[in-house]
Amino acid sequence: MNLKELLSNRKETIINKWFDLIIDSYPPDTAHFLRTQKNQFTNPVGHTIHNAIEGILDELLEPSDSAKLTSHLDSIIRIRAIQGFTPSVALNFLFLLKKVVRDEIQAEAGMNGVAEELLGFESQVDGLLKESFDIYMACREKLYELSANEARNMTYRLLESANLLKDSSETFHPEGDGFDSG
Amino acid sequence: MAKTAKPPKPEELSKIDYRPPRTHWMDTPVQFKEGTFCYASRPKYLEEVDFPNAREWSSADEDWKLPDNWKEILLEGIKDRLKKYRSFQLFMDICVRCGACADKCHFFLGSGDPKNMPVLRAELIRSVYRKYFTLGGKLFGKRAGARELTYDVFKEWWYYFFQCTECRRCSVFCPYGIDTAEITMMGRELINLLGCNTDWIMGPVANCYKKGNHLGLEPHTIKMNIEMMCDDIEEITGIRIEPTFNRKGAEILFVTPSGDLFGMPGIYTCMGYLMLFHELGLDYTWSTYASEGGNFGFFTSNEMAKRLYYKIYAEAKRLGVKWILGGECGHMWRLVHQYLDTWHGPADFLEVPKSPITGTVFEHAKSTKMVHVVEFTADLIRHGKLNLDPSRNDHLRVTFHDSCNTSRGMGIFEEPRYIIKHVCNHFYEMPEDTIREKTFCCGSGSGLNAGENMELRMRGGFPRANAVKYVHEKHGVNMLANICAIDRAALTTLMQYWVPQVDVCGVHELVGNALVMKGEKKRTQDLRLEDLPGVEEETEEEGE
Repeated sequence: MNLKELLSNRKETIINKWFDLIIDSYPPDTAHFLRTQKNQFTNPVGHTIHNAIEGILDELLEPSDSAKLTSHLDSIIRIRAIQGFTPSVALNFLFLLKKVVRDEIQAEAGMNGVAEELLGFESQVDGLLKESFDIYMACREKLYELSANEARNMTYRLLESANLLKDSSETFHPEGDGFDSG
Repeated sequence: MAKTAKPPKPEELSKIDYRPPRTHWMDTPVQFKEGTFCYASRPKYLEEVDFPNAREWSSADEDWKLPDNWKEILLEGIKDRLKKYRSFQLFMDICVRCGACADKCHFFLGSGDPKNMPVLRAELIRSVYRKYFTLGGKLFGKRAGARELTYDVFKEWWYYFFQCTECRRCSVFCPYGIDTAEITMMGRELINLLGCNTDWIMGPVANCYKKGNHLGLEPHTIKMNIEMMCDDIEEITGIRIEPTFNRKGAEILFVTPSGDLFGMPGIYTCMGYLMLFHELGLDYTWSTYASEGGNFGFFTSNEMAKRLYYKIYAEAKRLGVKWILGGECGHMWRLVHQYLDTWHGPADFLEVPKSPITGTVFEHAKSTKMVHVVEFTADLIRHGKLNLDPSRNDHLRVTFHDSCNTSRGMGIFEEPRYIIKHVCNHFYEMPEDTIREKTFCCGSGSGLNAGENMELRMRGGFPRANAVKYVHEKHGVNMLANICAIDRAALTTLMQYWVPQVDVCGVHELVGNALVMKGEKKRTQDLRLEDLPGVEEETEEEGE
């Protein structure tokens, strides 16, 4: 049995253990809630994380679309980037995947080729980590951009009437596509 | 010679415990993190409204420059309020800590911070109440859930009472009907006794007190802003609108949040009002003095809110109008509905509002004499008084966000939906747990919509954004309509972080787009001066 088959067979266990470790980064009362409440709308953080890690593992095992992988990473990081975690803790969830996988296949690690495949798998995770740094920084930068845009939006007409906008005849389009109503 | 430290083994290195410390909440001190709190108020704002302890200070500093007898002031403040507000006394006593509210707060759901559970946020003050005002607390201390009021406890109050938007979602789920928002209000009143409000709240309060609106706009600026909107309306429709200002003898005084006068996307909502009233030939006037529907005084104290709102009735009396129509605002309507009548009512010098177009008498406003513009417009549509072309909004797939104050504070659920369904062809509801009385807050209400606490706002707004994302992915929703000025500003920012494909508008912007006005030219642009998809520019021959 190769690594991919091993992990596919134990996917549910891996997801559950991985999810538990991520959720442990929250205070105990919160962690209990995030674990037990399954509703997508009344537990948006727990649901989003669970959904995303499932998607990430699926894509690692059966790559289909790199955009999907990015989207799953984004949905977790976008949350953790604004929850007061240090960057290392915010992105720790990917290191935790390595730990869960290593623990899970410890017994089979000596089987022919599995250890080598594990190195390959971990390199894939490292690739995700690199991408995650970029996503994390983009989220943080977005926060500052939003503050600046908001200050301008709030007094838009006043700036316009005082001729303080670059071109007062144009509708304001901040960077990003929030105002793009086609 | 010192022993050489043993290098850790690889498996030890991989064992990193990221779990937070498991301390009791009373023993977990508050950590002020940049991005989660607002800046301290400048002294001039406090001086302008005679608030105590005006001084330069910073919430990030260790020394907040409190008066020497700060503790005495706070305890006296609690005592006064327990006597004055029966609800406060009840809410201090009757909570059984069942936890029904615990997971209902958007700040808890978005942040994961247990002190954002409404029950625990209330415990911050309740624990002090027990210590100084109950026998059990005095005798048994921590065992009875009581604790000393210390400098750090006060700072903790400050941190967390400015992490509650007073949205009242938690109160919907409380079996005892405890309104945690009122506990926050009391907490903030106490904070004010020591002059510790935020700049974002005190600035608008002082401006509003002196000049009538949050930004301190003077009459000529208000007039100029509205006239600029009329220029845009003329470009879009070919119709020149000439609204009146401070006109004595008008039938109706129109008051809207000042965000509609100068902010994006509020100005488009305001253009919608202007077009509607013009089309109806409504006998109404703007006031450049009662120029603010919002009331940030509400985020300081009951007394301050009362002081700021007197101007609306004073202006109605001065101008001799019959009744008052109000714009799309959130906390304005909670105040009108729940407080105004107690403060300044009944407004017997006014008449019970009656629509001059349909003859409908707004009985529910019999005492306050103030009607919400969505009630007014829904009634017009119900009586077939408007010529509407909803296809002009066909490029929009709209969902509706119930603002906390108009929904839980006033019960406005149907009117905005009724209007949207008549002015748009594509309307989709968000999931049941996230709308109507269970609506999720924008995360920026009650004076938290500052720039410096953006991270906190994104946390608080996540449950709302999550539901918007769902309808965006399922139905292609690209417009989030609402009837609150703070929502219009705050949700725009929130969407740009969480669901950037979705834009934000007021309901009357949609009305303005769909409204077929007498004598208008063929519409090729929407109220944002953007081309209407699929509509070609009118040629000279096709014109008038």
